[in-house]
Amino acid sequence: MRRSQSILSILACALSLGLAPTSGGAAEVITLGAAVSQTGKYALNGANTKNGYDLAVKAVNEKGGVEIGGERYDLQIRYYDDESTPARGTELAERLIQQDHVKFILGPYGSGLIKAMLPIVERYGVPMVEGNGAARELFTKGYRHIFAVLSTSDQYLSSAIDLVAEQAKKLGKEPKDITVALAMENDPFGQDVRAGVLEGIDKHGMQVVIDDQLPPELNDMSVTLAKIKALKPDVLVVSGHEKGALTAVTQLKALKVNVPVLVMTHCDSAKLAETLPDASECAFCAQQWHASLDYKDRWFGSAADFAKRYKETYGEDAPYQAAQSAAAVLVYADALARAQSLDPEKVRDTLAETDLETFFGPIKFDETGRNRAKPMVLTQIRDGKYKVVSPKKWATAEAVIPRPAR
Amino acid sequence: MIGNLLILYQAPALGVQLLIDGILIGAVFALAAYGMALVWGVTNIINVAQGEFVMLGGFVAVFCAEHGLPLLLAVPIAAAVLYALGWALFRLVIVHLIGRDMFISVLATFGIAIVLQQVMARLFGAGDRIVDSGLASWFLFDGLVGIAQVKVLVFACCLVLGAGLTVFLQRSRAGQAIRAVAQEPRAAAVLGIETDKVYGLTFALNAAICGAAGALAAMAYPIHPYGGLSYTIRSFMIVVVAGLGNLAGVVWAAAGLGVAESFAGFVLGPQYQIAFVFGLLVVVLVLRNRMLRRQRQYLR
Amino acid sequence: MTASAPGTRTLNPARLTRIGAVLAIGVVTPLLFPAYQSQATELLLFIVFALAWDLVGGQMGYTSFGNVLFVGVGMYVAAIVQVGLYYDVGLYNEAKGGGTQFVFDTSQFLIGLGLGLIAAAVAAGLTAFLLGPLVLGIRGHYFAICTLGLGIAAGQLAAGIPWIGGGSGMLTPNPPASLGDVGLLLYYLALSLALACTATFAWLLSTRFGLVLNAIRDDEDKAEAMGLPTRRAKIAAWVIAAAFLGVAGALYGNQVRFIDPTETAFAGATIGVWMILMALLGGKGTLLGPIVGAILFQITKELFWTYLLGWQRVALGVLIIVVAVFFPEGIVGYARARSRRSEETP
Repeated sequence: MRRSQSILSILACALSLGLAPTSGGAAEVITLGAAVSQTGKYALNGANTKNGYDLAVKAVNEKGGVEIGGERYDLQIRYYDDESTPARGTELAERLIQQDHVKFILGPYGSGLIKAMLPIVERYGVPMVEGNGAARELFTKGYRHIFAVLSTSDQYLSSAIDLVAEQAKKLGKEPKDITVALAMENDPFGQDVRAGVLEGIDKHGMQVVIDDQLPPELNDMSVTLAKIKALKPDVLVVSGHEKGALTAVTQLKALKVNVPVLVMTHCDSAKLAETLPDASECAFCAQQWHASLDYKDRWFGSAADFAKRYKETYGEDAPYQAAQSAAAVLVYADALARAQSLDPEKVRDTLAETDLETFFGPIKFDETGRNRAKPMVLTQIRDGKYKVVSPKKWATAEAVIPRPAR
Repeated sequence: MIGNLLILYQAPALGVQLLIDGILIGAVFALAAYGMALVWGVTNIINVAQGEFVMLGGFVAVFCAEHGLPLLLAVPIAAAVLYALGWALFRLVIVHLIGRDMFISVLATFGIAIVLQQVMARLFGAGDRIVDSGLASWFLFDGLVGIAQVKVLVFACCLVLGAGLTVFLQRSRAGQAIRAVAQEPRAAAVLGIETDKVYGLTFALNAAICGAAGALAAMAYPIHPYGGLSYTIRSFMIVVVAGLGNLAGVVWAAAGLGVAESFAGFVLGPQYQIAFVFGLLVVVLVLRNRMLRRQRQYLR
Repeated sequence: MTASAPGTRTLNPARLTRIGAVLAIGVVTPLLFPAYQSQATELLLFIVFALAWDLVGGQMGYTSFGNVLFVGVGMYVAAIVQVGLYYDVGLYNEAKGGGTQFVFDTSQFLIGLGLGLIAAAVAAGLTAFLLGPLVLGIRGHYFAICTLGLGIAAGQLAAGIPWIGGGSGMLTPNPPASLGDVGLLLYYLALSLALACTATFAWLLSTRFGLVLNAIRDDEDKAEAMGLPTRRAKIAAWVIAAAFLGVAGALYGNQVRFIDPTETAFAGATIGVWMILMALLGGKGTLLGPIVGAILFQITKELFWTYLLGWQRVALGVLIIVVAVFFPEGIVGYARARSRRSEETP
């Protein structure tokens, strides 16, 4: 029976290794757990997310941290790399909760990864506050532990479609004669943006002539662009995170494809205006936030203050992904203080009652966890800068339609 | 799908685009398949890590480009690096697989593939990369068909490499030794050819071929640490269709696969392109089995 | 002594005690070690994966790299039934969520799960039944690569179907809070499945059917020449294995709660290869081998994933190479060879 003995001893070893206590930390620290994409297709935004989280933790701790029961707690974050892969995110969520005993999770980047981690946080009763998952389907399955500070994806580009309808005359057409080409990544976010855009298109009676769903790798849009050359649509809508924005803009230029109206998501995190000002001129970009908006809070000050601080710390302009991630941390700081407790369920309940003004915008969750209080912003890239064109009260420039041919 | 077919009908120039694109990438497939056929024919091992060798070659090229080396120099560098790796892997693992059950060699090379995948992901990040060649495109048919110059360059280089390989195998002593062992290992051994060395040389040579192919591919197509499996499957398919030892068949099959993929990607949609490749594999094998079975029945 | 030798199915007291002990351990484990419950469930499901693979790969000699196809089919079919009985599946998976709240109460969840498991077995078995005649005529390494293609193509195809969630995958129904710890329920279901699988296979292998399978493995042409019903046996084994894989897949999907088409359902590069490795590690062609292999593999994998995070696949790849090259007979095979040798020496 040597074999079973050796098996038993291996089992025993494994158990003892697994039961060894990990982290925990000093009593004056609250550890938030975060699996972000440090490698993989979302690495760029994973970095933005991490920067936002880190900056907010610093700001909160500078302003006294979180006070619970007379005791002061500093925030700290434990990070893992989810490699932009949902399966990995699931493993890491389990690890954070089971082995690292984290009671509060900060969301990963991307609706796909959040969708994968949702069942885990729900199963263990741990709240997740996220700033980077906007697909509406995250909020319809009865999950009680997800809280999203950002506007949902259906709102991303609806104002762009409305704008095009408004200015249809500049294209020499009626709104219902406008043709639209869609190139959307085949993930929850991309598909939800598409749903929102389609709703807008139906409303105005426009027609969809190309409806391509690109695989998540999204490295080559030449097939879609070939179709565009053949069918000459008026509007091209691209939603594929930074990869999509970069690929679209560079390939449009390389293949000499001219579309009168170009609408995209994720331009600012792809740094299109800064690095490819010529190729991205006059492109419309959907953004969750802009540094010129007049929101403020007690940790960062105004939106402009946040932008300034971000630039000083990281040497680059703050993309909205960083801003919404920072807001997620602020939400925790606020909720923990109001709950006066470290019990995950109690904190979850106080999170549900959040009514907070932050530099990122107002945050108030409905019963499914969506933030209903904050609108989206539409910008247009002009001369290497993002100019707000919608909503009107923050607009600093007139929208230019059509795009000058290049 | 119907919509896409209609577009093709309305703008037949697009069909030309797809055809050219397919042929251009077919050259890369042909090179990788050539290497796989070589190893299979000589050592009777199916190298499931073939695609990973290609990806690794691509990453070497990315690395070279990042350090400012001229583009085409990356090809021999990648070939050299992969040759060394192939030799090392042969000494460590492959030498134990010679003459053994096919299943063992498939599983072991799969293990190598997994190791290489994560190593590449650690070294180069899990995203995909491409080398910017800075070359433009030629346009035909009033701008409707665009041919990227770099893809033509890659195509030409693959042809040159393939031709060079064929000459090597026909003329040089090492090449003749390889062919001898492929035909009849025991007779070759009797004639004084050191079969072990030949096996090692073949495997390392295959790795070098893949490295060169990958370095070339990286100039025009994205490279990804986990993108190797589809190259492996393509190579396997091409070899199965062409038959071992049939160089012309490999070229035709590779071109055919490239074109088929190109059209399938357009008509079915890009999200089905990979499914198409793997599905085609299944179809090819089932059909091949049918043909063989009919032959077997003849013998009864 | 060879427990699985055909024809020797005695139920003596020693055997009964062993079975009883295993049962007791199985029932009691999640209660004693609740922190390891989900890993234990996973282990039980892996045991089923390994056993089912071994039936076709080890006992019959048809090494399939695509058995994960049936896991995925079972997973998706169960989820579709679980959701589809009460809501529109397409609407459930639509990115915008359709506006309704998709919530399941206790009876809905349980009925859905039960019917889902049955549907999974049927669907997986049917898939095997339809594919079998096409694919089981292919021999050797062509069969291996062909099934690999099947497994991966299925994943890519599933990723292209928006009705089941497409590339962004599908969530299995969120169990209602009133049900308490669903994990425990899943554990006992997995335990029952593993026990049923082991018992079924033990019985099957002790019959003539087992002999036919082994004959096919040893020399298929001769078996055919001898008049054995090879074609029927091959398809039967394939279908039985597929049914078990389907149910295990369905349970796995409910365990993980998020079905990603290429990483969870048709996970060719992970689960697909792992089931082969487990059977190989323990010893293919034996009944005990896959079970032992699965246990060892699960422990090793957990250790790798916990302590070698970031290099865990490299470690796994090395393990695969080492096992394939140096221990193709697996632990049980190795132990048997040792005991046989010690028996032979006076």
